[in-house]
Amino acid sequence: MIHFDKVSKIYGANSVALDDVSFSISPKEFVSVVGHSGAGKTTLLKMILAEDRPTSGGVFFHSANVNKLRRKDINTLRRKIGVVFQDFRLLPNKTAYENIAFAMEVAGRTDEEIAADVPHVLQLVDLGNKSHNFPSQLSGGERQRVAIARAIVNQPDLIIADEPTGNLDPISTYEVVQIFKKINDLGTTIVLTTHNKGVIDNLGRRVLTMERGRVIRDDQEGRYVL
Amino acid sequence: MFWTTIKRIIRSGFIQFWRSSFVSLSSILVMFVTLFVIGSLMFSSVILNVALEQIKDKVDINIYFASTAQESDILAAKESISKLPEVAQVNYSSKEQVLVAFKDRHQNDSTILQSLDEIGDNPLGAILNLKAKDPDQYESIFNYLKDQSFVSKEGISIIDKINYTDTKAAIDKLTRFIRAGERLGLIFTCVMIGLSIVITFNTIRLAIYVSREEISVMRLVGASNIYIRGPFVVVGMLYGLFAGLLTVGVFYPLTYWIGKLTENFFAGVNLYSYYIANFTQIFSIIMLSGIFVGALSSYLAVRKYLTN
Repeated sequence: MIHFDKVSKIYGANSVALDDVSFSISPKEFVSVVGHSGAGKTTLLKMILAEDRPTSGGVFFHSANVNKLRRKDINTLRRKIGVVFQDFRLLPNKTAYENIAFAMEVAGRTDEEIAADVPHVLQLVDLGNKSHNFPSQLSGGERQRVAIARAIVNQPDLIIADEPTGNLDPISTYEVVQIFKKINDLGTTIVLTTHNKGVIDNLGRRVLTMERGRVIRDDQEGRYVL
Repeated sequence: MFWTTIKRIIRSGFIQFWRSSFVSLSSILVMFVTLFVIGSLMFSSVILNVALEQIKDKVDINIYFASTAQESDILAAKESISKLPEVAQVNYSSKEQVLVAFKDRHQNDSTILQSLDEIGDNPLGAILNLKAKDPDQYESIFNYLKDQSFVSKEGISIIDKINYTDTKAAIDKLTRFIRAGERLGLIFTCVMIGLSIVITFNTIRLAIYVSREEISVMRLVGASNIYIRGPFVVVGMLYGLFAGLLTVGVFYPLTYWIGKLTENFFAGVNLYSYYIANFTQIFSIIMLSGIFVGALSSYLAVRKYLTN
């Protein structure tokens, strides 16, 4: 589903973000990417989303080289990928409902589909009673659940979560990880980056360990080892 | 899907406008200043044009005919002068009319009136008063008159005097003044409109700068450029619409208040009457300017965040 073929990203002579990275991710996998800050985890995710282009090598999503896509096709690609960030990145002037509906609107879904799916997905993340709250009226954990709801509402092939538990307390972290597991069990591929040892060790899924822009370990049932 | 997209963009624009009420209010007030400047310049140009027209109207040439000249010869001269393309208007005053006007002008001067009575006959000649279409053209008209020999059947020149040489300096000065007035007015208008648009553009740019994170999120969820830019353009148009209504509303009492004043000071132009008489035109210009500037500013300001 995702294939990195000898991908390097060099920002300057002394700044190598990715160094000859190659790996593949199959459908329905749950892959965690770990590493120190600056190891290249976020750059890796940006490559999948075509937010950044590799200096050399190729990134493939469903056999399409994402770095050769046109602007319009990049939008289509992004609609197939749900994204969750550490800082939530919700639209501040939209309610929880509207934030999720927006992702459906841009994907070209009808008003009827939006009216049916948004409440459903809000129920799924246990926020059915807060659909009309603005992000500023929600706690960190609730905001992250709205972000997850937005990421899953279009039933994407892949969910990318960049340190989604970084700003959350242990209980919210647990809840968020449980949601991701549930989503993965339903068949969605998940790529997660995190610094949280507990999360990785409890998941017991595939772990890619990065260091100085290289993948130094790829364990099928890995643990958090740096 | 096209209409659904348009509907969603408009709805989203309205919601954004309403929820960012403080930013909207600030932007409307700045845009109001822009539109107020544009409106004021429209009124100023009306006053300037009327004043310049009146000055232009004061510039003319008088052709004084000999008292012995026959009316038929004078009318023939009038006919031929009227045909000049530079001439806007020719007024004929017969020698009798000139005498009446002369007496009228000197009604308090008994010496002059007595002298006239002693002469018995009318010593004054007829006058042709002519106005050029443009003040610059007096010189060429004068040269034409000089070269042309308007003579009687007996071959005697019927023109006694043309006053152009006497008034040339004044005409030239007025012409320069009119030209400078028109040019300065145009430059001032362009500069003020340009400045106001730049200020409005920067205000809207600042308002959109606040939303730059929001735009990046929209891009990450796969929103197309039209879906991101559309609501901002709608918001810009709403700024223009409300600022336009505010401007039109403010001009009503303002022109009413200064209407009498302008009537007395500026060549009889009552701004209030002008505003009412040309309301549809002024309303359209202000509203369309506001909506256009708002939409264009938003369009350009968002573009910066869509290029990557």
